[in-house]
Amino acid sequence: MSAPDQVAWANRKVPPVTALWMLSLALIAGGVSYLAAYLPKRAPLGPAVGLLAASAIVLGAGVVLLARQRQFAWQRFRQVAGWTLLAYVVIAGMIEYAFVYDHTHGAVLVVMTSMLFVFMLAPPLLVGFTVARFEHTS
Amino acid sequence: MAAVEHPVAGAAHESPDRDAPVEILPVKALPLVGLVVAAVVAAIGTNSRWALDFFHVAGGGIWTALDLFLGFVLGPILGRLSIPARIELTKKLMPKLVLIIPVLVTMTLAAGFQLARYNGMLDTSYARHAWVVASFAVVGVMAVIAIGLLEPANIAVLFELRKPQPNGAVIEKLMRRFIFTAGITGAMQIGTLIIMTRLAS
Repeated sequence: MSAPDQVAWANRKVPPVTALWMLSLALIAGGVSYLAAYLPKRAPLGPAVGLLAASAIVLGAGVVLLARQRQFAWQRFRQVAGWTLLAYVVIAGMIEYAFVYDHTHGAVLVVMTSMLFVFMLAPPLLVGFTVARFEHTS
Repeated sequence: MAAVEHPVAGAAHESPDRDAPVEILPVKALPLVGLVVAAVVAAIGTNSRWALDFFHVAGGGIWTALDLFLGFVLGPILGRLSIPARIELTKKLMPKLVLIIPVLVTMTLAAGFQLARYNGMLDTSYARHAWVVASFAVVGVMAVIAIGLLEPANIAVLFELRKPQPNGAVIEKLMRRFIFTAGITGAMQIGTLIIMTRLAS
């Protein structure tokens, strides 16, 4: 590949999924900070649920945008995202254990677990996409 | 960093060492990582004040220094190196950072949260609770930047370097992103240092 082709390949247009998934993570971080700010008291769950729903929608929008790509190294994406997901399942499992260990229960546990689930999905998608977007498909 | 103007295929293939495939994850270092994580878990499990302080202060200090070094010292130097030298340095540096940075972050945050819980700083009744919440916000922003930009760039550059003919422009783009985001998180660490010293004094 010639030098101009290399530069063109590096800078080719891709759907803005990185920005969307980062926004999804930011919404989750906002929700967790909100809940943690009330500890040890229980925070009103409305804002946290709103942030969680917004985060899940933004995450899903990114997935839909990426799924519509025809020229994309899906095999590499699955490989990298799969291994990263494994790491994040372990991390999320440890955090979930800490929630239960600290006697979190009821609606707060449901919201925290759902946030953890969305948090667990975003990093593998981000790493998988960043690696696969620079792979040649043919 | 200037734009890449030359292909780099084969540029770094001058010795057998340079021909070795790039390691994405330094497997040999994994036992050490396991040891550190186990020690952090033990510190939290036993609520050892000294151990929690050690992991939080030492981890935070090294993390801050590393981020500032990468962003403001190594970044500009890397930008001025020749392309083969840049690739050679990247090949050696990035696999180590794949392990070092997540371990430092885990050490600092896990020990820090437990320390705050142990000291009663998480309670809303704590006099400086607003500073604690501010630290959550700063850490949240840093985490989003690190997980969304820094970590993926680190992994992607290693995949690019494993290819028979790495694309110099891709490496340049990813390294610029890595160094830039390390600099941003380093600068935000200054904010964390202000908050933490405020809490400790």
